[in-house]
Amino acid sequence: MAGTIDEAQVRKVAKLARLELTDEEVKRFSRDLAAILEYIQKLNELNTDGVEPLAHCLPITNVLRDDIVRPSLGAEATLANAPDRYEDYFKVPSIFDDNSGA
Amino acid sequence: MNDLEYQVVVGLEIHVHLATRTKMFCSCELAYGQAPNSRVCPVCLGMPGVLPIMNRQAVEFAILTAMALNCRVSPYTKWDRKSYYYPDLPKNYQISQYDLPIGQDGFIEIPIEQGRTKRIRIRRAHLEEDAGKNTHTFGDFSAIDLNRAGSPLLEIVTEPDLSSPAEVRALAQELQRIVRYLGVSEADMQKGHMRFEPNINLHVTRNGQVFKTPITEVKNLNSFRSIERSVAYEIERQLDEFIETGKTLQMGNKKTFGWDDESQCTVLQREKEEAHDYRYFPEPDLVPVEVSTEWMESIRSRLCELPLMREKRYIQQYRMSEYDAGVLTADRATAELFESAVQAGGEAKRVCNLLTQSGLKMSNDRGCTMAELGISPDKLARLAKMADNGQISATSAVLIFETMTQSTDEPEQIAAERNLIQKSDAGEIEVLVDQVIADHPQAVADWREGGKKSAKSRGFLMGQVIQKSKGQANPKMVSEILDRKK
Ligand SMILES: [Zn+2]
Repeated sequence: MAGTIDEAQVRKVAKLARLELTDEEVKRFSRDLAAILEYIQKLNELNTDGVEPLAHCLPITNVLRDDIVRPSLGAEATLANAPDRYEDYFKVPSIFDDNSGA
Repeated sequence: MNDLEYQVVVGLEIHVHLATRTKMFCSCELAYGQAPNSRVCPVCLGMPGVLPIMNRQAVEFAILTAMALNCRVSPYTKWDRKSYYYPDLPKNYQISQYDLPIGQDGFIEIPIEQGRTKRIRIRRAHLEEDAGKNTHTFGDFSAIDLNRAGSPLLEIVTEPDLSSPAEVRALAQELQRIVRYLGVSEADMQKGHMRFEPNINLHVTRNGQVFKTPITEVKNLNSFRSIERSVAYEIERQLDEFIETGKTLQMGNKKTFGWDDESQCTVLQREKEEAHDYRYFPEPDLVPVEVSTEWMESIRSRLCELPLMREKRYIQQYRMSEYDAGVLTADRATAELFESAVQAGGEAKRVCNLLTQSGLKMSNDRGCTMAELGISPDKLARLAKMADNGQISATSAVLIFETMTQSTDEPEQIAAERNLIQKSDAGEIEVLVDQVIADHPQAVADWREGGKKSAKSRGFLMGQVIQKSKGQANPKMVSEILDRKK
């Protein structure tokens, strides 16, 4: 990937991330992101021939826990920071296109 | 107008809820129907600075299922983040597995017509976390309950090997039976433990040329009926669309539909542009899972004979009807009850009848499995033996079966207390037979004469003897003794 990023790309990424950016921000982020990409670009100078891809930077595997229930927070604590609530639910703007569901 | 030749091509994506006690990456209880947001913690709330920790049981359940689906189980798997922008998963990503799923390249055998089976290839099986639940009915807002967020889900993806609505349904049902057998999921459709997403298109032949219609995906189906119907509906809809527009499969013209149960048709869903750009990247908060040969084998030892194999075996080994074999293998505990009772000396046909007749009816009435009726294999075997050697009648066996589900009494005890033991003392029965013969000379004459009235008269005499014994004489013996006196 080249070390530059144009405004159209910034707008696309912002849309995917559901971020609303002003024109000013789009300009600024394309400059900032370009600088970051250029910096990361340095890694390409390394010769990685014959180096196995790494799934994780720690030499550890299998951190697992037993299937034992521990207390949850409870609805009050859970909702304490919520911007808005309806009874014990989080209240959010209507989900218009409900393609949710994992 | 629909005289075109076409082939139906369906692949299925299935989400199965695993029956662990806790969530995938935190120790919150998995609970259905609890007060909203009562089973959440900083991890499943996606608070900054928290770290997920894998649930060993969920990993093992996933591996076990992958094995049962004949998958190649990866000795090394890792986790990935999938971008997700709905408030029911507040981290803004879903932890899933992208390039190294737990299982790959397997298959499942499904029953098709006339006792035959069809092999459907499994592309992959991977673990991920579920989202919470949205409710839109309280007003002009959405209400979010995160109790389900972070529940372990096994996503299973088949190759597009299914070629009819009935096959799609058969696969869904067979998978339900398998995960229940393995004990990895309750697979309760009503609780949304299984969700299905078929990908459907048609290969239409016109003038010797094959045209593929655009693929449609139907989202979040959670009943067997709706899967079957939505696929059937899509076949018709795509065929009509093809005839009308000639549109064929191209990059990017896949559409997503929902199923409207009320109008029984699929409905095109609004979808934001580029919504499928999930931008997966490796999950830095979780370390990879390495499955050693030892661990793999210990999980493999928990595999059991799968339901379809068992069903086929019953038909062969016990000469059972397909129906009876299906009923007995519907769940693992019932199949095991049957086999243990046979092992304890019960005659297979008799045990089968007791279960498929009285047992099935009672378990349906009580909403439980036959194994949960509370009859031990040993008692069931003894009951079957009593009926087989004529100690009790078939009717009494049913009565005793029913009584045993309500008490801990032994079958012999119940039979004795209720006067259900048949009299098989030949001398005693002969006395009764002689009395009846003496009391009913006309019927005896008709019977001995042969002719039209003979059979009827014999039946009458039999009935009189049984009545005289207060229903306790063994009918087989009465019949034998009576015939000796003809
Ligand atoms: Zn939690």
